[in-house]
Parts: sequence; C-alpha cells; structure tokens
Amino acid sequence: MNTNLDGTTPARGVSAIAPKEGGGFPNPGLPPHVHRQADVSKAAEKRAERLVAAMFLLSVIGTAIFIVAYFLVTPTGTNIFAEEGSPSALWWSNLVTGLGLAIAVFFIGAAAVHWAKTLMPDEEMVEERHDIRSSDETREIAVGIITDGLEESGIARRPVIVTAMVAAFAALPIAVLAPLSTLGPLPGNKLHHTFWGHNPGQRLARDHDGTPIKLSDVAMNSIFHVMPEGLTEETPHFLEERAKAATVIVRIDPKLSKNPESMANGVDGILAFSKICTHVGCPVALYEQQTHHMLCPCHQSTFDVTDGAKVIFGPAHRPLPQLPIEVDDEGYLVATGDFPEPIGPSFWDTHKDK
Amino acid sequence: MTTTTPDTRKQTSDDASSSRVYKLGAVGGDWLDQRLSGGGFVKFIARKIFPDHWSFMFGEVALYSFVILLISGTFLTMFFDPSMEEVVYNGPYVPLQGEHVSRAFESTLQISFEVKGGLLFRQMHHWSALVFMVAIFVHMFRVFFTGAFRKPRELNWIVGFTLMVLGMVAGFSGYSLPDDVLSGNGLRVIDGLMKSIPIIGTYLSMLLFGGEFPGTDIIPRLFTVHILLVPAMILGLIAIHLVLLVLHKHTQYPGPGRTERNVVGFPVFPVYAAKAGGFFFLVFGVITLISATTAINGVWVYGPYDPSPVSAGSQPDWYMLWTDGGLRLIPGWEFTIFGYVISLNMLIPMGIYGALLGSLALYPFIESWVTGDDREHHLLDLPYNAPVRTGLGVSWISVYLILALAATNDIIAIGLHLSINDLTWAFRIGIFVVPVLVFFITKRICLSLQRQARQKALHGSETSRVVRTESGKMLEIHEPLDEFDRWVLVQHDDYRPLQAGKGVSSLRAKATSFFFKDRIEPVSPAELREAFEHYAHEKHEIDSATGGDYRTPAETAHHAG
Repeated sequence: MNTNLDGTTPARGVSAIAPKEGGGFPNPGLPPHVHRQADVSKAAEKRAERLVAAMFLLSVIGTAIFIVAYFLVTPTGTNIFAEEGSPSALWWSNLVTGLGLAIAVFFIGAAAVHWAKTLMPDEEMVEERHDIRSSDETREIAVGIITDGLEESGIARRPVIVTAMVAAFAALPIAVLAPLSTLGPLPGNKLHHTFWGHNPGQRLARDHDGTPIKLSDVAMNSIFHVMPEGLTEETPHFLEERAKAATVIVRIDPKLSKNPESMANGVDGILAFSKICTHVGCPVALYEQQTHHMLCPCHQSTFDVTDGAKVIFGPAHRPLPQLPIEVDDEGYLVATGDFPEPIGPSFWDTHKDK
Repeated sequence: MTTTTPDTRKQTSDDASSSRVYKLGAVGGDWLDQRLSGGGFVKFIARKIFPDHWSFMFGEVALYSFVILLISGTFLTMFFDPSMEEVVYNGPYVPLQGEHVSRAFESTLQISFEVKGGLLFRQMHHWSALVFMVAIFVHMFRVFFTGAFRKPRELNWIVGFTLMVLGMVAGFSGYSLPDDVLSGNGLRVIDGLMKSIPIIGTYLSMLLFGGEFPGTDIIPRLFTVHILLVPAMILGLIAIHLVLLVLHKHTQYPGPGRTERNVVGFPVFPVYAAKAGGFFFLVFGVITLISATTAINGVWVYGPYDPSPVSAGSQPDWYMLWTDGGLRLIPGWEFTIFGYVISLNMLIPMGIYGALLGSLALYPFIESWVTGDDREHHLLDLPYNAPVRTGLGVSWISVYLILALAATNDIIAIGLHLSINDLTWAFRIGIFVVPVLVFFITKRICLSLQRQARQKALHGSETSRVVRTESGKMLEIHEPLDEFDRWVLVQHDDYRPLQAGKGVSSLRAKATSFFFKDRIEPVSPAELREAFEHYAHEKHEIDSATGGDYRTPAETAHHAG
C-alpha cells in the first residue's frame, strides 16, 4: 500500500499508485526489425540516392530564382512581369522572390529528411538512462563543499554582517523605483479635463476637415464625428487632445427622449456625447439610426442616445459623458463647457473633482 | 553511456576512412579539439539517442519559427524607424498620400512598398510569429496530455510555460510597432485595462506611455521590448529548455523494449542532424511559401493611428484573441466605494486570465500532490489512460476557445446572421457550461477507450467473421495479438483513490477520488491466461464447425472458380 511499484517508498507519505496484480507483464523487448526497400534492393537504394541529389539541385535552382528575381522583379524599379511601380509590380516581386526562396530552403529540407529516412540506418538503438539525482557519494561531497565554504565565510558566526547584508539587498531593489518614476509624469488632473474645457465656447467642427457645424446642417437622425474647432495639428499634444476630445453629435426627435436632463444639455434634439467608450476606451463609432443606439465595435457596449447614453448592453458601466452645447449668434453649434466627468475608461478617482 | 549498436551498422569500409573528407576532418578536428576540447563534446552529444514520433516535432516547429523570426526580424530592423514623429506621407501608396502619419507607420509602408524583398520579409516575420505561437500551444498540450511534465520535468514545464507567455508579449509588442489604427486601438485597450487597476492604475498608464495616451514614447519603448528585452529572454529560456532536454533525455511513448530506464531511438549524428536539420528548412520553406502567396497585416488598409476612428471587426492576432473575449463577455459591473471606482468589468476578466494561466503553470505540482507519485517518469502516458487529466486539459482548451470565439463575436454574428446580443449571451452561459460538459464527455470517452484496449488485449482483434456451430451458437473469430502489440495495451501504471487518515488528508482523499474513482482495472497476467484458455476452447469449437477453413462460402467458391 505504501510503496511505489519499484519497491521504493515515496518521500511524501502515501502514494495513490495501484499495485500491479500478479506483478504485471514482462516487457517483451524490441520487436524484430523490418527492413526498408532501400535496405534490401540495390535499385531502390539508387533511386533514393538520385532523388536526394535531385532535390538538393532543385534548391540551387530556387536560390538562382530568388537572386535573379530580387533584382529583376522589384517593387519600384525593374520588373519583367509588370509595369514599373504599379501595384502588380509589388505583387509579382513578392511572389517570385518568395517562391524562389521557398524552393531554395524547402528542398534542402526535403533532401535531408529523405536521405535520413531512406538511406541512413533505421534500426533503433538503445541508450540507458541514469537517475537524475546525483549519487549519494556525490551529494555528500557537494554538501561538504558547501558546508566548508559557509564555514570559511564565517556566515554563521557573524550575524552583524548577515543582518547588514540582508538590509543592503532589501534596500537596493527600492532604488529601481527612482528611474522607473522618470518614465512618465504623474497623472495630476490631466485625465479629468479635455480641450473643450480648456478653451470654453469652442465651435463643434467636423472631424478631419475641421469645418464648423451649423444647427441647420444637422438633419434628423444624422450623426457627425466632431472635434473642437481650435484643435489643429499645431496644437501641442495634438493626438492626446484628440484622444480625449473626440465627440459625436446625433439629432433625435425630442419626443423620443426619456431623459429631460440630457435633452436640456442639447439643442433641438441635437446631443453631443464623448466618442470614447467608458469600458476600455475604443471609439464608439457605430450609430444605429432606427434604435438610436450607439455601439462600440471593440466590445459591443451599447448606449441609448435617447436616455443620456446609458448603457443597455455590454461591458461598459458609465454612460458616455455628454458635452453641453448651444447655438452661437451665427447659428453654429458651440460647447458651453467640458464634459461633466472624465471621458473614457473608469479609473480609481474618476468621480473625484480635480 | 552504454549504447548498443546493432552489428549490421558497422559498415565502415577501408577506402572511406582514407578519403579526402576524412583527412580534412581529422586535421580540423585536431585543431578544434586542442582549443575547445571538442572531442569530449562530440563523444557526449553525437550518439545521444532520441526517440522518434511525429508528436515530438511541434516543439521543433516552435524553435525553427523562432529562428526565422530572428532572421526576418533582423532584416526589418535595418529599415524600420520606431519614431512617432509626425510626417506627411508621400510614398507610392496613392490613397494615403498627403496624410499625416508617424515615422513608424511611414517606414512600415516603405518596407512594404519600396524596399526590395521588404514585403516578403515582413510577411514572413508576421506569419512565422503566428506559426511560433501555434506550435508552442500544440507542443504544450502534447506535453500535457502525455504527462511529459511529470518528475523530473516539472521545472522544464515552467520554462516552457514562461516561453509561451513571452511569445505573447513578443507578438503584441511587435504588431503594435507599425502604429496603424488597428494596433493603436489594441494599445488603447491596454491603456484602459491599466487604468482600471485600483490606486496605481493611472500612474502605471502614465509611466508606460510617458504621459497621456498615446503620447510619443510608446512605439520606441515597445521597439526596445520587442527587439531586445523579450528576444533575449526567449533565447535564454530556450537554451535552458534544451539543456534540460539533454539532461533529462527525451521521453518516449510506451512500446516493446522501451522502459523507464532506457531510451530507444536514433542517434543525433547522423540521423537527427539530417532529420531535424532538414526539418528546419522544411518549416522555413513552408513559411516562405505562405508569405509569398498570402498577404497579412496590410496596415495601409487600416490607415495610420488616429484616436478617433476604429473599424468594425477589430481583432488582434489569434493568440491574443482570448484576452479580448473576456472583455466582451463581462457584464457592465463597476461599483464605487468611498467615491473610488472598482471596475469589475475589467478586473474580473484580468483575474480569469491570470487564473487560466496560473492553473496551467501549476498543474504538474497539483497532480503530483494528488498521486503522491515521486518516481521519475520517462515513459509517456497514452492520454486515454489518464482520463481526468485529459478531461481537465480539454476543458481548459474549451475555455480558451470560447474566449477566443467571443473575441470574434461580431464577425460570427455577421457571418451567420445572428444577433450579437444573443451570441454574447450564448457565450456567457457557454463559458460556465461547456467546460464541465466537455470534461465529463472527454473522461467518458477515455474510459471507453480503456475498456476497448482491455478487451483487445485479452481477446485480440475482431475479424468480423462469425461462425455458427451445429447447435446454433454464434462465435466471432478473434485474431490474437502478438506480445509486442499487447504490451502497449497492458504496460501502463494505474492509480486508485486513497482513504483519508494515515497520512492522507481528507482534501487529498477527495482529490484522489475525483481523479481515480472511475477506474478500469488493467489486465492482469492471470486474466490473460484465463482469456487464452477461453480462446483455445472457442477455437476448438470454431475449428470443429469450420474444419479450420475460416473463409466464407463465397470466398471458397471464388478460389475454387
């Protein structure tokens, strides 16, 4: 019950190995060897030899194709299969150089493997294993060496050194924090504010062409991807600001609204919401006109525009923050302030004012 | 080392030993031996025996695709510029001309469209990364299902596990480098996940990105991670992996003549030098062929990174899919405590990923605690002989696959015209139900296979020839196995549940019961003797009915005609 099958006792108490009834079966030993074609037939051996040599030579041809194609079938210069610089020139260049290289390497492999399988010995050989653990004698010597070394170092007799050494090795890793801290600034209140808040009264501009949007431009059920008008490529931290300021506006029939507070922050049913998903921050780019749902294509969080962009499906929790907007004297849509809370993924102090 | 060489092997002819090749070798060998003590190394390694099996080649595929990654990656570093400096694109790709892009994106396009052979090497690099991860996973589960992780190889399992994780880091850091809109959104997900970590999250995000997302530091930083840090760690761990492989000697499948104390196979030199060396070129060739004919990661189609757009159907490379699936399945759970946010919709998925990886890493130690088996194991288990382990492994894979499928739920919904909400709910339920079902089904199949193996060992193979005796009794003719074939079916060890008490904790007793309660008794020699007697008796009946001619009447007629 308490022994292994080989009669030894397990080091850690009881093993669950079941004893073999009747001592098990004797191992019958290696089965008789079956010869291959090439072992018994001279013709088959010659055939294999020729095939191996032919495949090595095929590899040489592949190398030649690769080198020639590299210079004669190029993506932007000389190309014997396509017009210079055309998209199909790139296609031909990739195909022909690739096929050449594939032939060059594949047939070296095929030749070597075929050589091994048909012509090299295939009779199995047997090698004995040894215990992974060292012999008792070796262990004793090893333990002796370590004991002597420790004795010579005097580590057991000098507790002051040991304590000081432990202190040194414990303190040193803390030093890593100093260079680590220079990798980036502290968050401060950066995540709590966007370009809309830094520059109040910004007109809402179409994303990419930068033209401002008039109230009258926004048809019922349409969607616009917008950025602050003043945010241009010259703005410092352009991409970081875009990453926070990205906004969508939609126009819905005010009668559909379930959320008067949200409607009050819009104009005539035009509502502006942060485009950055409150789950992990993908742009919420899809708008379903029939249902007035906004959908994040990354993880399918779904927001109900008629109800202050509350989450109705998916992994996000917070509604998309709403940008308060109004119409200026010239009829353009402007933001009156910043989003009321941080946009994008929630973090530890999202709800703290900063 | 005692190596038995069959006599037929000694074919060295006299003229061969005096040929020019051998003379040159002797001179070179002498020179090297006097400087490197190469003789001892050759003696140690060249005739080492490795067993042969197709399933041992997955690890090789992983190793070779890593070499191809190094070769193609070195080419790419010659032309890639990991800078986020903004430039105006004016290269040959017309749709993007005049766009503001980063240098990283621009140089990726230069490699793809202008550098000779650039697109080929880029595609080889990406394809071999995918093959690398596939090979690692398949190799890892070959090791798992055959119990190759058991003593003395537990630490090498951990090394291999770490290589798998590093492979994912290498892949993620690599495909983020072109700074395109798809990988940029991947980084944004990383940013969101980091920010959700309580207290330190926003600090970590600021440190990683050198300020607010996306900043201008992340690509150069990932570049250092991708071409220096991670490859160096992978190389070091591969070295350890292989040194341990040589130290432990390779495991082998059970078979006649194979024992826990030997290894049966072929020598490194010349057989594996040719086979394994050749296999490298085969893998190289296949990856090159794929790269020559099949486009991958056309970043010019996605466009340069910009925080505002994203395309539907945004999926990472396959080995990262599972990390996205949990994020899609989790409901919007987030709560606020003392005004601070705990984002369970991110923390729970991350916890699940950690648990999945952790359970895999620790499994060898869990199983050895259950069995209490501290012998060395060099003979592999046939997976059906370890039903619970196999069930757990398949169950793990099912969780992994459900997460990966969940990460493609939008594609599946479009492809199959399903509601994405219904599909998400199906996955949400499936992730709890399927692994349990899969476990029991797999375990039952294994037990059935054991029963079948037992029958076959005792009674031989069925020949589908049935004989009716004069008394109307129906008997099927069985072909008895030879002792070599039978050995594979009867050699395995088996375990049984332990009672609590006497050094066995009740937890361990329960664990052994979970693992070994359903158990098919292995064939014993006494049973086999009995089966032989039965067989002799039955054969006598069959022979007296057929006169020893087992052919059907139709066959007899055919032969006579």
